[in-house]
Formats: sequence, structure tokens, C-alpha cells
Amino acid sequence: MSLVTRPPDRRVSIDASTRLPVLVFFTSAVFWLVTGSFLAILASIKMHTPGFLASTSWLTFGRVRPAHLNAVAYGWASMAGIGVLLWLMARLSRAELRYPWLLAVAGGIWNVGILLGIVGILSGQSSGIEWLEFPPYVPPILVAAYAIVGVWAVVTFRDRREKHVYVSQWYLFGAIFWFPWLYTVTNLLMVYQPITGVTQASVNWWYGHNALGLWFTPIGLAAAYYLIPKVIGRPIHSYYLSILGFWALALFYNWNGAHHLIGGPVPAWLVTVSSVASGMMIIPVGAVAINHHMTMWGYFHVLKYSPTLRFIVFGSMCYTAVSLQGMSQSFRTLNQVTHFTHYTVAHAHLGLYGFFSMVMFGCIYYIMPRLTGWEWASSRMIKIHFWTTALGIGSYWTILTWGGLMQGIELNDSDLPFMTIMKRTIPYLWSRTFSGVLMTTGHLVFAALFAMNLLHLGERRTEPTLLGDNDDNVATESAQAPPVLGSSH
Amino acid sequence: MNNAPAIFLGVFLVFASAWLGLIFAPYAQLSGLAPVVPAEGGDAYPRPLGGLAAQGRVIYRVNGCIYCHSQQIRSERFGTDIARGWGPRRTVARDYIYDSPHLLGSMRTGPDLANIGARQPSAQWHHRHLFNPTWTSPGSIMSPFSFLYETRKIVGQKSVDALPIPKGYPLADGYEIVPSDHAKALVAYLQALDHTTPLPEAEEQ
Repeated sequence: MSLVTRPPDRRVSIDASTRLPVLVFFTSAVFWLVTGSFLAILASIKMHTPGFLASTSWLTFGRVRPAHLNAVAYGWASMAGIGVLLWLMARLSRAELRYPWLLAVAGGIWNVGILLGIVGILSGQSSGIEWLEFPPYVPPILVAAYAIVGVWAVVTFRDRREKHVYVSQWYLFGAIFWFPWLYTVTNLLMVYQPITGVTQASVNWWYGHNALGLWFTPIGLAAAYYLIPKVIGRPIHSYYLSILGFWALALFYNWNGAHHLIGGPVPAWLVTVSSVASGMMIIPVGAVAINHHMTMWGYFHVLKYSPTLRFIVFGSMCYTAVSLQGMSQSFRTLNQVTHFTHYTVAHAHLGLYGFFSMVMFGCIYYIMPRLTGWEWASSRMIKIHFWTTALGIGSYWTILTWGGLMQGIELNDSDLPFMTIMKRTIPYLWSRTFSGVLMTTGHLVFAALFAMNLLHLGERRTEPTLLGDNDDNVATESAQAPPVLGSSH
Repeated sequence: MNNAPAIFLGVFLVFASAWLGLIFAPYAQLSGLAPVVPAEGGDAYPRPLGGLAAQGRVIYRVNGCIYCHSQQIRSERFGTDIARGWGPRRTVARDYIYDSPHLLGSMRTGPDLANIGARQPSAQWHHRHLFNPTWTSPGSIMSPFSFLYETRKIVGQKSVDALPIPKGYPLADGYEIVPSDHAKALVAYLQALDHTTPLPEAEEQ
């Protein structure tokens, strides 16, 4: 990481070149986040109160649930992720985005795909493939939009004025290639020229697991690797560890998918290979955890002030936790208990929400003011957003992990009738709805704050909005943009 | 590490290797699986679904039954699927050779359905259960699929397939509830879910 300070105007012009497309992707992402949250609450209520809005086929549980997953995975998480990816790639390459309007068009096409997909699922055209429920006319639309994004990210990388390729760029590089490959191959093998039987299940979980591990995770880690050092103003702890972490992730994550089929009707070697690879994940996860922790060492007090840092460090800690948990679930002894239970649901949310979504919130808090030229309107609202979402996912995970564990232990006791076990899960399902309402409250506050920033509403602030702030008394200490020391990128 | 082509090559190779291992290798191993004809004669197993059941599989898929029901029986040494009476044997790759998309499922909010046709052969039971799950299974939290049924005025004779209505259900005199074509197809599919035929590779010592 070069410590030479560049004239600030270059960075401003690079940020400006990303303004239109990144704002299109972020705004859409926030819209899909709120939509997906309401679909989530609806699905959650239906689990304990099945008669709720049950008379219409469009709102039956089995359609609302995949509509939720696809809205948050492809609408919220992917669009926020692409926004962050484009912005980071331009900054780290020290190159302006060329023809940014084309990327905004890509965002528009992507939105059309998501909208058609959600309506398609709700109207009864789901493909029935977990993580890929959009009807068959949607994937080509998403691929077309993604082609523009992918090519543009590579073009920006080729335009780079910075010779050094920072660790965040390797991760982005990985994500840029892995996602389209995964997505097209899986759709070909499952939708357009389907192979049959349990091999499809292997393709399905190779995709489902890698969508998290090779698409969302690298973008989330790229952002954390950039913004943690940026906000606290000190370089990353170990360059060597970051290389090790990247290649170990690339090597092992790829092979994890079949651990979703432990105990299933697939060849034993397939599951064993994936379980071993899952255990090996200790290397990349450990490398990232140590590297981030050592970078933060001595700077934890900044969490009190910086919204970006607080969300990103929370997300990074969840990354370590969810990865360790995932490893443990790939061991047969625990898997025998947890496989078909709510435990898995808790795990999935810790990954996509606790880790990835929280990191994306942190990124948006950092990036938006640099695009809109407007600071966040209210420190109090950021605090509400943080605590509702952090407590929301915290309680969600705790409740369903415990509930799922009980459910799994009881299911393995064949003397207990199935109905008795199911009835015992209902209090946990109610608590899940409560946690979901908490998170959705946070999303609404965040959406309001986002809209205010976009529209330049509220009082003009000359300093970054910090969490220590009393809204009426703007502090002058700037933790978001530390002095010269931090301006290495 | 500033060598972009090297990063790209590495990213490509790790991905291609996993594709070969997790997709191509099982495909090569399993794509030759064929139905088995019992030595004593009789029908080959498994067989492709019949017309109505195949349509019912679509109804099962688009209404998201997989989010609460799996279709896989695990080994008697792994979990209690067999002890619970969900099937006489574990299911194996051959059971699924005609399945696309696969519907193995990943969640058991409700019980496994790999052998629901054998466990619950009655069409009427399935219709009553789908219309209102608590009619057959008190306490159930399954979604009601009443939108697959039609409430209509009885013209002349009551329909043969009209659902028996429990006491206290608010249905006006002279009306009946009958399954739609979608409901009939779905039930035909559920009745066809039967993986009880013995297979040599499913035997466990």
C-alpha cells in the first residue's frame, strides 16, 4: 500500500465518475431491501399463523418465501454489492469509470429482471430450484445486465494508474469472474439443458453455497479490507496473511457445496470431499479474522464514532462466526442433528445478513456522502438503524439456533411424535417474527435516511456525521476522514 | 502480487477444478444409472411419472412445497427417518433418475414426503388435508391450499369428489367444495410418491 499522498482532486473526480451508476444501484438495493423485508415478515407470520392472508395463491407461504430470498439476494445484496464493487474498483485502480451512463442502464435492466422474477414467483412460475427460483425468462436479463457490469469492471481495472494491485482488487476480481460463470453454468445444467436426478442437487448446492462464498463474500471482504484501514488510518496488518487468505478461500470455498447433501442420496465421496474442504476453511477465515483484528488493535474506540466502521466491524465479526459455524455444520455428528431444522435458517441469515448486509450498510454510509456531497442527516437515526439491525439479527440467530438445535435433537428421538416436536418450535417462530420486525424497522429508518441524503434534506453539515454526535451539536473530530496518514488510497 | 494474468489464471483454475470435482465427476458416475427390472419379473423401477402426476409435480414445485418438506430418506444409521416410519429403506441416487428439477428439499418444518403415496394412499385424505390441514392433522401449521378448491352451488346431485365438510364449518346449505384440476393433479403426484420398492444398493447391513 503506497503511502504517497495524491492530490485530492483526482479522488474527487474518480468518485464523481461513479456517481450515477453507484447511486442507481444503491437506490435500487434499498428499495429491494424494504420490499424483501416485508416479504420476510409475511412469510414468518405464516409459519406460526398459517391462516394469515392464505386465501390467495399469490401470497401462499411457498411463494412468498422464495420471493423474499430472491428479493434480498439479487435485489438488495447483489445490487448493493455491485455498487460497492464499481466504486471500489474505480478508486483502487485510480481510474475514472468510462461512460458511466451505460452502467446505470445495466442497473435498470437488472431491476427489470428482479421485478419480473418476483412477480413470476408470486404468480406461480417458480423454477423450484433453491436460490434460483426466478422463472426461465429472467436469467438472460440478469446475465445481460451483469455482462455490462463485469466488462466495465475489467475495463476500469485495465485503465488503472495504480500499479499495485491491492488485496481488495483480488477479491473483486474473483467475484467478477466467479459469479457469471456460476450463474450461467448452473442455469444451463438445471433450467435450459437440465441433467436429472441427484447430480442436479449437487449443482444446486454448488451454486447455492458459492453464491454466498464466491460472490457475496469476496465483495464483503474487499470492502472490509479497504474501509477498515481507511477509516482508522493505518495500513492492513499483514500483506502476507491477506494473500494466504485470498488463495485459501478460492481453493477451498469452491469445494464446499456438497456438504448441503450430508446424509442424502449422493455418493459418499462427494460429501466427504466437501466436508474436508469445509474444515480447511479455517485457513482463509482465520487469516482474515487475524488480519482484521490486528489492524483494529488499539483502534477499537473508533467504533464509538464511525458508523462505517461500526457496521463493518460488526459484519466482519459475523463473518468469522458464521464461517466457524458453517465448518461445524459440515461435520456429520452435528449435521445429523441440525440438517433439516431452523438451525440452518439461522446460519444462512448470519451469513447473508449479519456479515454481508451489515458490511454493505457500512459501505453505503461511507460512499454516499462522497457521491451526493451531502452528509447524513441524523446521527440518532444511524444509531437506531445500527441497534435495531444488530439486535434484530442477534436475537434472530440466537433464537433459531437454539430452537433448531432442540428441534433436531427431538427429531432424532423417534419416540417423540413429529407433531409434538413441531408444536414446540412455534414459540421460536413467533420470536423470529419479532426479530424480523426489529430489523425491518431499522431498514425503514435507513431508507428514510438514504432518501434524505439523496435529496439533500435536513441541515447542511460541513463535517461527517458521527455516532458520538448529539444531532444538535455537530462534533468537529473527524474519524471518517482521518488526516494525511489515512489517504493511501 | 501485481500480476493480473496470474491472478486471473489462478481464479480460473481453482474454479474449474471444483467444477470437475463437484459437477462433472458425479455426473460421469451417475448418468448411466438405469431402472432395475426385478428378477421375478414385473415393472421396472423407477418409472417416469404419469401425465396427471407429472402436472401435479409442477403444482408442488411452483407452490414451494419443498420449503417445508424433503423427499429423501436417510440411512437408518443417520437420523431417525426410517424409525419414524417415513420409509422402509434409505433412498439412493437411482430413485431420482427421472427427477428434474430435483425436489430433495432442505427443511423439515413438515414431515418427509418421499413415500407419502405409500403412507397415505387416500385421495380424499389428501384433498381434505390440502384444503385445511387442521381437518386431518389438528395443530398443523401447514399453509392451507384452499385456493386450489372451488366452492360452488350444488346443481342436481352433489359431486362425487366433493369434500366431506366437518361440523361447524361455515358452508351455506346447497353448496359444496370441490377440487380444481390443479388440486387433482397435485394429489395424483402425492399418491405417486413411493420409493418403497427394494433396491440392492439401498440395503444396509
